[in-house]
Amino acid sequence: MTVEVAGNAGAIPDGPLKLAVPRGALFEETLDALERAGIDTAAVRGASRALIFPGKAIALVTMRPSDVPTYVEAGAADVGITGKDVLLEQSDRMVYELLDLGYGRCRMVLAGRRGDERLGESQRRLGMMRIATKYPRVAERHFESTGRQVETIEVKGSVELAPLIGLADGIVDLVATGRTLEENDLEVREEIVECSARFVANRVAHKLRAAEIDELMGRLREGAET
Amino acid sequence: MIHPIPPGTRDILPDEMRELRRLHLELIAVFERYGYGEVATPAIEYDEVLARGDGRTADSAYRFFDERGDLLALRSDMTVPIARLVASRFADAEEPLRFCYLANAFRAVRPQRGQMREFAQAGVELIGIPAPDGTVEVIEVLGAALDAAGLDRAVIGLGDADLYRQLLSELGVEGEAREPILERLAMHDLVGLETELSQAGIGAEQVDTCLALSQLRGGSEVLDQARELGGEAVERSTARLGNTFEALESRGVAERVQVDLGLLRDLGYYSGAILEVYDPALGHVLGGGGRYDELLRRFGIDLPAAGFALYLERVHVAQMEEESRRRGSG
Repeated sequence: MTVEVAGNAGAIPDGPLKLAVPRGALFEETLDALERAGIDTAAVRGASRALIFPGKAIALVTMRPSDVPTYVEAGAADVGITGKDVLLEQSDRMVYELLDLGYGRCRMVLAGRRGDERLGESQRRLGMMRIATKYPRVAERHFESTGRQVETIEVKGSVELAPLIGLADGIVDLVATGRTLEENDLEVREEIVECSARFVANRVAHKLRAAEIDELMGRLREGAET
Repeated sequence: MIHPIPPGTRDILPDEMRELRRLHLELIAVFERYGYGEVATPAIEYDEVLARGDGRTADSAYRFFDERGDLLALRSDMTVPIARLVASRFADAEEPLRFCYLANAFRAVRPQRGQMREFAQAGVELIGIPAPDGTVEVIEVLGAALDAAGLDRAVIGLGDADLYRQLLSELGVEGEAREPILERLAMHDLVGLETELSQAGIGAEQVDTCLALSQLRGGSEVLDQARELGGEAVERSTARLGNTFEALESRGVAERVQVDLGLLRDLGYYSGAILEVYDPALGHVLGGGGRYDELLRRFGIDLPAAGFALYLERVHVAQMEEESRRRGSG
């Protein structure tokens, strides 16, 4: 695989392009997408506990999905892949969102206990709902833009637990198949936004390593369309 | 005993101060060499006066009352105070006017993000020379300043602030519908941009044109690529950029300039050419600038103007990174 070196404006790129790869739910599909774009991911797929996988043109750096915007904004990684949910929650991170990669599709939803009117009742009688979520900023923006007041309760683990034992009236969370909700006797009440994996870039890298990033983006786009 | 200071502010100790002072003197020496005289203005101004410069009054993050009850504000850059200074003190002076500065400015920060509430800017303002000559001079001074700072790999992005405003008018997008589109463009959120453009009722082909246009950056060849995408707004914009680029070439200062049709700065007063400065050693923008031919009119004199500002502390960080890189490779 050959990658053109950015020839623009006399900039000299330093070393391979660093690409932040999200571990977790998007990991496998991201590696597949990178394979389709002609990037060797065998080393990453191995059982290695390494975090950095050097390559000639592109070095893969694995990390938590929610760390991707942090590394890319600072330029520690030139480009990266992460979920739209992460980008929405960290919308103040200045990264360029270049491409919808199409996989990892899921919905951000408001869910409550099946057949239970606590959400509506709290809203009506207390003027306020208690919402447990890993996405407090997305949740707050959603309720603010629909003119409702909520108390968001940030939790780190299984959000489904919160309404079951009375920490919250409902949850805002990501739903892919809806199985987890169903198993916990919860149901979708409102859809907030659709999410999927996105290709992002550091704004300085996007300018100074234009040819490399455009080329990679082109190959990822072709891969996503097939 | 530890006494806190507000987040986004900092103390500077002697080792760093020595280096910052040296950088400061080097930059001012370059500006003076090109005929830019150093000025200082008060950090505090009347809010009403600063707001005149930037329509979005939210720009001054810190406002307070003085002992007479007048509303004061801390400046958020030096361009507006210098426009005020020129209108008040140099209204009848012979043009062009050239000023430079090194000054602290103040902006709101988002918590826990390492953003600075108070930061030092070094820059110039050139008043009375229209495009392209004024723009070219400012870029030449900027290039010399980057050389003086030892940032020989730094790149100056050159874009056109009017391109998308005119393009949207050409596509019939007016009024409120423009804001979300320009916002997506400024953030370079291409996925969101595509959605917003489609929602504004623009045809698929023209959506693709807009997206492709915002991706064009590189040498002067991108102007030809842009022209192929067609449209009057693009034609006008590429003609302006082409003129500027040719003038830069003839002055021998085009080498580090990258033409960038995706560039859009979110400061309200820019028109025509806009600039951004990057160094490969740093993930953040080092500074920016451009033309603001309408700004002085808001202060009662109608003169073309251009300038730039470098974030002194970021230039210092880039300097340090480049030095250690040179040590590493040499």
